[in-house]
Amino acid sequence: MLRRRAELLRKIREFFAEREVLEVETPLFSHGTVTDPHLSAFSSCYGGNPEHPLYLQTSPEFAMKRLLAAGSGSIYQICKAFRNEEHGRYHNPEFTLLEWYRAGFGLDELIGETDALLGSLSEGIRPLTPSEQLDYRSAFLAHTGLDPLEASTEEFAGCAYRHGLPEAAEICGSDRPTWLDFLFSHRVQPHLGRDRFTFVRDFPAILPSLARLKPGDERLVERVEVFLDGMELGNGFFELADPQEQERRFDRDITARTAAGLPVPAKDFRLLDALEAGLPDCAGIAIGVDRLLLALHRQDSIAQTLAFPYPVA
Amino acid sequence: MAFVSTSEFKNGLKVMLDGDPCTIIESEFVKPGKGQAFNRVKLRNLKTGRVIERTFKSGDTLETADVADVEMQYLYNDGELWHFMVPESFEQYAAEPNSVTDAKKWLKEQDICIVTLFNNVPLAVQPPNFVELTITETDPGVRGDTSGGGGKPATLETGAVVRVPLFIQTGEVIKVDTRTGDYVSRVK
Repeated sequence: MLRRRAELLRKIREFFAEREVLEVETPLFSHGTVTDPHLSAFSSCYGGNPEHPLYLQTSPEFAMKRLLAAGSGSIYQICKAFRNEEHGRYHNPEFTLLEWYRAGFGLDELIGETDALLGSLSEGIRPLTPSEQLDYRSAFLAHTGLDPLEASTEEFAGCAYRHGLPEAAEICGSDRPTWLDFLFSHRVQPHLGRDRFTFVRDFPAILPSLARLKPGDERLVERVEVFLDGMELGNGFFELADPQEQERRFDRDITARTAAGLPVPAKDFRLLDALEAGLPDCAGIAIGVDRLLLALHRQDSIAQTLAFPYPVA
Repeated sequence: MAFVSTSEFKNGLKVMLDGDPCTIIESEFVKPGKGQAFNRVKLRNLKTGRVIERTFKSGDTLETADVADVEMQYLYNDGELWHFMVPESFEQYAAEPNSVTDAKKWLKEQDICIVTLFNNVPLAVQPPNFVELTITETDPGVRGDTSGGGGKPATLETGAVVRVPLFIQTGEVIKVDTRTGDYVSRVK
């Protein structure tokens, strides 16, 4: 597996070298972090001063966007990312991400390039049928019978109940994003990526992350996820570049964190400054390298792809 | 009362669910994209033996169940309760009939069993994997048949009925696998 990993990394670097995308490194340990209520960063501090916390990066996204705003052009990075309280069959709290940004690309071109990369990486390792593209709405509708944009939370609850998941009503309550996450992960995702890469695009705007609203239909955002064997491999966006909208999303996250009694990190003003200075139109995606290795070589768990998984790290 | 969070869920952990003690068989961490994380958990209800699947929001907690498996010697049945003793401490426990439903047909006085205690009360009894029991009744076999093919029913001293080879006679002691209820061998 060590050799297979080395081979995969070599092929990724060749792919981007051919396309003249610049490899970069950004800090793994940084003053700022994400506000996302569903991500928990490891934190420490320099010299023992808790007033100045430092965070292990949950992804290199903010730092890479600062480079893009500074005029780097298209860039990629293969680095470690860290997420606290994420451990399981497909999660290791420290994992390897491949993240790249393409200046001038929209979501379509990004999906095309991701498909080309994944296709070249699976070649000669695992035969797959040609990839497919679905939009979130029709994938959700196909497997739950409900329209994610229109259905009421009562209808979501009814669907969960019929599928033997009555506890969902208590977990999700009247929170639409949690209902979508619940039903998508339990009822939709297991069907995605059967012996092929499945791209799911155009997410509901209530699951925006850092994606731009879709022109012409502001109920959707230009976000894509890619799946193989029912497992999510990556998440990409046509990147939000509006600093005011970015700050509103930070504030919304912070309100959610406060309500949930979670720690509230400061907004990363360096990212906001960079967006203010101007992020070029670009699309970017992050792919979990360990999971890709797992799926291509048909392993059972992420632990089998790592030299020393979390329990023995 | 102690509580455990979903991040500490592991196989074999005993927790309270809907008022009943359960043991965790499987816990899978599920996280959609950048969304809410869940734990999909399979549990066995220790009272009924039923397997339940339940999803929790990651970070939720469950009360731990005060459940312990203790090796005890089976003493006797007083017509209603089944009495056990911890050999080291001579501590005695009385088990209700519903906790020995599956085990009772294998229970022979002085055998060492595993008694599952819930809040210090016997909840379930697991007989030894192999027991040696005397046959109280079986049809006379055909002399000369040693092949073991076919077989016949035999009633044991505890009331259990197992299939034995034709050459086995009433009064003989046999070894039985309690997990399958199968005859293993004759005990000399």
